[in-house]
Amino acid sequence: MNTRLEAVDIRLGYGDRMIVDGLDLGIESGTITTIIGPNGCGKSTLLRALGRLIKPLGGHVLLDGKRIDRMPSREVARLLGVLPQAPAAPEGLTVADLVARGRHPHQTWYRQWSPGDESAVAEALERTGLLDLADRPLDELSGGQRQRAWISMALAQGTGLLLLDEPTTFLDLAHQIEVLELVDQLHAQAGKTVVMVLHDLNLAARYADRLVAMRDGRVIAAGPPGDVLTEELLAEVFGLNAKIITDPVAGTPLVVPIGTADRG
Amino acid sequence: MTGVRLPHARPYRVGKVSWLVRPRGVAAGLTGLALIAVLVALSLRIGDFPLSLGEIVASLTGTGGNHFVVVELRLPRALTGVLVGAALGLSGAITQSIARNALASPDILGVTSGASVTVVAMIVASGTVYGGASGALAGVGIPVAALAGGLIGAVIVYSLAWRRGLDGYRLVLVGVGVAAVFTNVKYWLMTTGDVNDSSRAMVWISGSLNGRGWEHVTPVAYALVVLVPLCLAGTRVLSALRFGDETATGLGVRLNTARAVLLLGAVLLAAVATAAAGPIAFVALAAPQIALRLAGVAQPPLVVSAVTGAVLTSAADLVARSLFAPVELPVGVVTAVLGAPYLIYLLIRARREARS
Repeated sequence: MNTRLEAVDIRLGYGDRMIVDGLDLGIESGTITTIIGPNGCGKSTLLRALGRLIKPLGGHVLLDGKRIDRMPSREVARLLGVLPQAPAAPEGLTVADLVARGRHPHQTWYRQWSPGDESAVAEALERTGLLDLADRPLDELSGGQRQRAWISMALAQGTGLLLLDEPTTFLDLAHQIEVLELVDQLHAQAGKTVVMVLHDLNLAARYADRLVAMRDGRVIAAGPPGDVLTEELLAEVFGLNAKIITDPVAGTPLVVPIGTADRG
Repeated sequence: MTGVRLPHARPYRVGKVSWLVRPRGVAAGLTGLALIAVLVALSLRIGDFPLSLGEIVASLTGTGGNHFVVVELRLPRALTGVLVGAALGLSGAITQSIARNALASPDILGVTSGASVTVVAMIVASGTVYGGASGALAGVGIPVAALAGGLIGAVIVYSLAWRRGLDGYRLVLVGVGVAAVFTNVKYWLMTTGDVNDSSRAMVWISGSLNGRGWEHVTPVAYALVVLVPLCLAGTRVLSALRFGDETATGLGVRLNTARAVLLLGAVLLAAVATAAAGPIAFVALAAPQIALRLAGVAQPPLVVSAVTGAVLTSAADLVARSLFAPVELPVGVVTAVLGAPYLIYLLIRARREARS
């Protein structure tokens, strides 16, 4: 196991508002790490900083031991793919167009569409089950299919690391499972290292090797879901009074809420 | 593994080199170039002194005809129209792509309004710029004043819009505000001036190709030789920028650098065009939108936008020259008359899209 991505004493904020004040986190190769926490705890902000979408006010992010802000952005894009929350695509774009865009960091003005680009896009479409929909406009797809198309674009980028910011938002439960099963497959079959932010604790527990629980910009607990998701932690992090039982299907912890608890 | 076909594009590969060619874009570009040739030929023919095609060819090759009318009067005017139109089309395509807004044009970058202020100030303050004695000053002074004003205007918009980076929406809002201020300064300057000076200023403000000579063609041509390749190099970056800031960054685009360089290119193109012909309205706004519909793509294609800009400007100047002949209208009046309904159409369409 080696650390592929690491936040070192990272401080994040917008303007005067400090959101994360001195946080350390390492992401091991070949794992699915899921960041959980209440709204506004800084989990998306942390993910964006790991993907160099925002610049830390202090500290730094290391990618394979090198400072990410000192690496050429193109080189980073060949190692790490980011899927932002609710990404926007121009109207009328087809699935193939979108997924092909993932090859951007591998292309130059004299190498616009190499056989390598073509096979990477075909593979990404196949892995996400979208080969038959390749010529369809993105706006005609269902929410789950559209999210798979975006993940497919990140896959075509050909990176070992994938950062997904709430990939299941706005999806109904069946589509949430569809997307998370895909992420699980990419991890198991293609050996991708995945970091994602999820809201649903039960799904997070089921699909992650490692949970990172955050509150007020700090990591409260990190480790295997069974160790992290405890009744005490739910009270501390979410202010939630809950019972933890064993998920009868996956054997992972299952949160059964009782009511809100007094924090602290 | 099966191959993937991209819609609207075909790959051409030689060894390690591969190109994506969009047949519809190529067809649109070639048709546009042919139209430009026809329009230039027409503009060499018509006028107070109509010439046949044979006479034009003879004049151009120096074997007869009327060298002065064709080579010294009509050709530079036609070429200025083509080059200025191309510069405006390209500048508009870049601006609209970066602002992600079909209603954006270099006007919102402060270029045309800034140029108008300095030129009007110069005409009104000196009073005799177009006078016989200072004709040379008019030839050199006005383009220089326009260039300087255009760049100053752009710097003001740029620095007000810059806030830890350049956001398209903020740029549009700041640009509209700054342009409104400049426009009022311009009108105030005109009211302070002599009536004759003000009406001269008015002709320049409308955007006109009247009396453009080789001294106008050469600087625009040089500027285009430098700026066009610079802007075309940004084609791929512009298409990645369409996907929003975060996705583009994720794909390895250095957002702020890319946007700053491309916008600088757009500003310089618009400034050079304005220096040569005044602020010709609507070409930079309409050309990219027409081009993207012709080429069947989602984003203004740079080369086709430039060609479309050249066609629009040349055609408008031909109309301006012949509609009320022998009186010649400023070309900007024609583009404005044609452009205003187009702008209204864009606004209605944008509202409909917002509602649906």
